[in-house]
Amino acid sequence: MYTQALNAKPDAGEPQLEDAALLEAFQARIDAEDRIEPNDRMPAAYRKTLTRQISQHAHSEIVGMLPEGNWITRAPSLRRKAALLAKVQDECGHGLYLYAAAETLGTSREELVDQLLTGKAKYSSIFNYPTLTWADIGAIGWLVDGAAIMNQIPLCRCSYGPYARAMIRVCKEESFHQRQGYEIMVTLSKGNEAQREMAQDALNRWWWPCLMMFGPPDAASQHSDQSTKWKIKRFSNDELRQKFVDATVPQAHYLGLTLPDPDLKFNEQTGHWEYGAIDWDEFKQVIAGNGPCNRDRLAARNKAHAEGAWVREAALAYAEKRHARKAAA
Amino acid sequence: MAKTIRVNETPLVLYTLRRADDALILGHRLSEWCGHAPMMEEDMALANMALDLIGQARSLYTYAGEAEGGGRTEDDFAYWRDERGYRNVLLVEQQNGDFARTILRQFLYAHFADLYWRAMMASKDATLAAIAAKSEKEMAYHVRHAGEWVIRLGDGTAESHARIAAALEDLWPYTGELFEMDASEKALVDAGIAVDLSALRERWRANVKAVLDEATLTTPADGWMQKGGRTGIHSEHLGHLLAELQHVQHTIPGAVW
Amino acid sequence: MKDVFPLWEVFIRSRNGLAHKHVGSLHATDATLALQAARDIYTRRGEGLSIWVVPSNAITASDPADKEMMFEPTASKIYRHPTFYDVPEEVGHM
Repeated sequence: MYTQALNAKPDAGEPQLEDAALLEAFQARIDAEDRIEPNDRMPAAYRKTLTRQISQHAHSEIVGMLPEGNWITRAPSLRRKAALLAKVQDECGHGLYLYAAAETLGTSREELVDQLLTGKAKYSSIFNYPTLTWADIGAIGWLVDGAAIMNQIPLCRCSYGPYARAMIRVCKEESFHQRQGYEIMVTLSKGNEAQREMAQDALNRWWWPCLMMFGPPDAASQHSDQSTKWKIKRFSNDELRQKFVDATVPQAHYLGLTLPDPDLKFNEQTGHWEYGAIDWDEFKQVIAGNGPCNRDRLAARNKAHAEGAWVREAALAYAEKRHARKAAA
Repeated sequence: MAKTIRVNETPLVLYTLRRADDALILGHRLSEWCGHAPMMEEDMALANMALDLIGQARSLYTYAGEAEGGGRTEDDFAYWRDERGYRNVLLVEQQNGDFARTILRQFLYAHFADLYWRAMMASKDATLAAIAAKSEKEMAYHVRHAGEWVIRLGDGTAESHARIAAALEDLWPYTGELFEMDASEKALVDAGIAVDLSALRERWRANVKAVLDEATLTTPADGWMQKGGRTGIHSEHLGHLLAELQHVQHTIPGAVW
Repeated sequence: MKDVFPLWEVFIRSRNGLAHKHVGSLHATDATLALQAARDIYTRRGEGLSIWVVPSNAITASDPADKEMMFEPTASKIYRHPTFYDVPEEVGHM
């Protein structure tokens, strides 16, 4: 969104912005709820933080196609097949909107994708878990998309214009994703014994990784303070996690499913559901590359990229030929 | 316990199922690409084409159920017939292979389907005519999309040219079956319900050739043509495709999904 | 590997009679593929009736540093707005 060509790379001029006066002026714009646009002067750290966050978000959408894509060819009805394919396709589209937004900050998509393929860039830890049954597709739509929506709605008001606009589009389109997932769960939980077991098993496996999606607890989060000040982030990890739990527990009860947390209880005074301890060691391991599917996910993306190389080269070669023919004519 | 169904294949039911199976199987093949395309823009495009085809299949299966009159649904036909019961042409069940092969298969089928559905808009069967009107627009876009890629791969690099030329040689023998008609189909043509496929063949060949020429590819001569799909004699690939497609329903039969 | 595809800006005219509006960008090797990709990426929900794709580097943009010079002088020209003028009430809506 907006042109890459218009954006100088973070250049020699930019460090000036780290001057106290300029930083203050930038902060004043942020505080006034002004949107920052691609060609505006911005602190190098703001650019860097956003490039990292938006590209990670884009990578997550693209890698996120894989676990759900795993079930497109096995969807148990044609209606479900069409819905799932459209949903996974949306994720690809969202990845593209987000890469476009990230590019406005001056780093090309090729460079960003390269960071993913070489394992330098991170993406959401949740997509390193396997989809083992059809119920996982329901659980992902309901829980993973539910958690993603909690994260994404505040991002529609992010201080960086292109990111905020991309998120508005993403949120609008994603509203069907969670409903699609929950509908699968409702159908399974109203189904036969095997289907109910499948639904409970999926919930058991996806619940804790979903709580981890919101990131480390506030006390341990390294990026939050500055991101909050710059209005990239408007709620803390723990605040969003709590919102998600409060919204989701009654939905699980409606399904007649049990959340896999013996410590879960409702606090009458605060009006919140209190949850048990999250296994942050597991989270760290998955982030570090040791989740059950990290290697498979990266291998799949690398394979698609490598096997597509000759196609991209052909398209470029054709464009060059046509250009040359036009010039000669 | 649910098991493989035996369809009462009246001429209209059989005719409708053949078109539905073509669309479903090709749509399924395209959907296998999702997440693995050579570029993300093409992931979007292949998924869109798959969704068009799956949508066409659903309308056609629903109509086959009505025409059969036994209360069968789209999923009964898709999930509870085995490979001997499927009626699609062999072309659409061929494996994806590389991007060149997938695009060429799409190109050959789309050129046929575009002409076919355009002609079917005049069918005396109102439901088929309505499905035709919707499908023709979709296939016209597939013609364009696949054609643009055929041109780029044919006239791109030496490697892309070699790959698509090989795909053309391998897939051409499956194109004759697109125009096959048996007695039951000819009766429907006489009744103004179906279209005479042989009348489309020259147009198809000319349209295909025009693009292949631009792509610097040689249109093969019509030699021996493979057939059998329309009567349920398939290649070995279809069984694997169906095993995957039908897996969940067969694991827990009789459930609502 | 030379894998850098040109960037294109995408503009969509929606059903409601408004002008083409910028919706995002994409990568494609040529205009034809850019148009097809724009259709698949940006019009999956009936958003548009017309698409423009423009090479990103063909756009000339105003410099944000010129914002004050470019846009602030108009703020004082309030006589360009209808509310600047008094019309007697008995004349009615004008």
